[in-house]
Amino acid sequence: MKLTGAQALIKSLEMQGVDVMFGLPGGAILPVYDPIIDSPIRHILVRHEQGAGHMAEGYAHATGRPGVAMVTSGPAATNIVTPLADAYMDSVPIVVITGQVATGSIGTDAFQEADITGITMSVTKHNWLVTDANDIPNVVSEAFHVATTGRPGPVLIDFPKDVANAEMDWYWPTSVDMPGYKPNSRGHSKMIAAAVKMMYEATRPIFYVGGGVLKARGSEALAELVELTGIPVVTTLMARGAFPDEHPLCLGMPGMHGNYTAVTSMQQADLLIALGSRFDDRVTGKLDGFAPHAKVIHVDIDPAELGKLRRPDVPIVGDCRSVIEDIIRAIKADPDAYQQRADISDWIKTIKEWQAKHPLKYDQPALSGVLKPQFVIEKLRDANPSDTIVVSGVGQHQMWASQYWKFNHPYTWINSGGLGTMGFAVPAAIGAKVGKPDRVVWAIDGDGCFQMTAQELVTASMERIPIKVALLNNSYLGMVRQWQEMFYGERYSEVYLSPDLPDYVKWAEAMGCASFRVENAEEVGPAIEKANEINDRPVVVEFRTDSSEKVFPMVPAGVSNDNIILGPESLGGK
Amino acid sequence: MSISYIPGNGSLADPSDRVGVMHHHVLSVLVENRAGVLARIAQLFSRRGYNIFSLAVAPTDDSRFSRITIVVDVASAPLEQITKQLHKLINVIKISELDPLESVECELLVATVNADISSRGHVMELVALFDGKIIDVGSDKLTVLVTGEPDKLDDFSELLSSFGIVELQRTGRVALAKLERQSNKLKNTTGRAG
Ligand SMILES: Cc1ncc(C[n+]2csc(CCOP(=O)(O)OP(=O)(O)O)c2C)c(N)n1
Ligand SMILES: [Mg+2]
Repeated sequence: MKLTGAQALIKSLEMQGVDVMFGLPGGAILPVYDPIIDSPIRHILVRHEQGAGHMAEGYAHATGRPGVAMVTSGPAATNIVTPLADAYMDSVPIVVITGQVATGSIGTDAFQEADITGITMSVTKHNWLVTDANDIPNVVSEAFHVATTGRPGPVLIDFPKDVANAEMDWYWPTSVDMPGYKPNSRGHSKMIAAAVKMMYEATRPIFYVGGGVLKARGSEALAELVELTGIPVVTTLMARGAFPDEHPLCLGMPGMHGNYTAVTSMQQADLLIALGSRFDDRVTGKLDGFAPHAKVIHVDIDPAELGKLRRPDVPIVGDCRSVIEDIIRAIKADPDAYQQRADISDWIKTIKEWQAKHPLKYDQPALSGVLKPQFVIEKLRDANPSDTIVVSGVGQHQMWASQYWKFNHPYTWINSGGLGTMGFAVPAAIGAKVGKPDRVVWAIDGDGCFQMTAQELVTASMERIPIKVALLNNSYLGMVRQWQEMFYGERYSEVYLSPDLPDYVKWAEAMGCASFRVENAEEVGPAIEKANEINDRPVVVEFRTDSSEKVFPMVPAGVSNDNIILGPESLGGK
Repeated sequence: MSISYIPGNGSLADPSDRVGVMHHHVLSVLVENRAGVLARIAQLFSRRGYNIFSLAVAPTDDSRFSRITIVVDVASAPLEQITKQLHKLINVIKISELDPLESVECELLVATVNADISSRGHVMELVALFDGKIIDVGSDKLTVLVTGEPDKLDDFSELLSSFGIVELQRTGRVALAKLERQSNKLKNTTGRAG
């Protein structure tokens, strides 16, 4: 069967099981947009290419399947670099297809030419420039294979216009031939045995769970291992929901804005069992002051993570789920050793005392007084089903959402952790809702972030993707304001945004959304109820929140986690 | 009679003290022979803040693959992290770390040196001593070529400099692991005496 390169590309995507793609056409990609008309793949037309990339990410986070975005060359390709970098940092499988000028023009500074394979080399797991239409099925299957296996990540296929127009003989490869790519998923049995032994000897062990557990779809296995060992769990920002918050052994989020117990239990631990986590500076604080008494078992599918920042005593290269299952098997195989394991009840008792003494806290004054953002999040949480998907932007609102929501299911928390990309929430929520149309999807966004990508609400309205946005409008680039208040002597430099410019309600309505404003605590509940009743279009609820509220606890950057600041009262009289 | 130069002979007691051994390590990297592979490797080094000391690229006997010999400055990052990151590149097939003491290394040097009537004989003598060749002759200059282990070339260029070097170019080293031999084993069991 003869196909054009463009037809072969779309057919290859169909063969990969792609059901939806996010994109925006232009000159170099024009030939590929023609066969889309005849394809069963749903195409969602975005308003900015960054939106397409984050939608693909949101879709991938929510479904576990690779998200696909397609854009044209030059400025469109550079517009999608941020989502690629975001997906690279958070190991999100997305496949981005960019148009490119014809092969004969490459290197001539042709109209809308950008060296996108060069530009994205360091923010993709791999990228391809297709130079022969006969390579298309192979390249597409390699691209999906690389994106979704091993440590997942973004890939890019650069697709010149003449290759799209050329003819090829259709085929579909039955396997990929990549001699340099052989990810290892099974952990080494000797290391597994060593890990079990170390877990039995520890008296103050902690599971330090990262996003890798979610990527490996290992939540169920983790729950079984926790039941078996009774070892408490912290879930990092990328792993919220990997283990249920309501479980008595769940200590919640560690790190710069982690709660006291999660942070302190890692500091005091004699064993960290790091599962798919990567000792990020936002978790460890000052690295050489981090968990100083702990031995480390480190499980990761990416060998380069082992020993990158902290040398593990037991390194295990492997897929988290498969390694956890192997650990469970090893435990069950030797009941005697299991019976003789060290007693950790004192440790659990200490942890419970910390929890009782230092819960997360904030002060919501009288119901008519100034509105606290944490109160809004608690109300949202209580008024929505527990499998609601929460998507956040980057800033204070993100930290409050992670702290105050109760995540009891995997894949219900989607955010930009590694790159910290403002503007992530709205498009990622759209992608998540497209992937999981039956679930309630709430974006919790900041006023600064919202202004970066709000135009995608037009996409959502047009395509009838009824996401809900809780806009925490504190009139500031709040997180930056917090640092200026605490570390720059309250000298506020370029962080004020204004509460009513733009008029968010009018703006949302202009984009086809239902929208209303909430100014005090009393109105919060009814507004959320009203929003939850609207399902034919997106909803934006603007909450006017306290500008001066800060995120606590906090470990200032570069400081040891031992020096955690619990709240405004411990700031002293600076 | 011909006298050949033996690098470092007699001057240094322990071979591990030789220049380049302490902070440099040789990686022999087998890669797919595709466009852009060298760019990916170079970019990885600069992005992660590693230093390349020297680099040589050439096709292997199998045209699908090329071999890149990279001498890395391991003071800039642990070698383990560098190789692990290199391994993540999809086009990298195999990485061998060559311990300088357990590998044979070779490099090529060409230099144009001042050599008028009065000094020409001395230059030619030095080149002969290093088993080199004269590859171009001018009225008052010579271009010479020497191959061998990198520190032999270090010594050669130092000696040559007294005549006045006009231009000098080195290729960067290529290396392969030493072959397994009975004498290697003997050396290991008796401890390396230098
Ligand atoms: C694209 C981008 N630019 C700048 C930053 C730096 N930054 C981090 S949080 C923040 C403020 C976010 O403001 P807003 O969305 O209003 O959230 P808030 O902190 O007020 O909740 C800024 C500017 C960033 N993370 N991303
Ligand atoms: Mg704000």
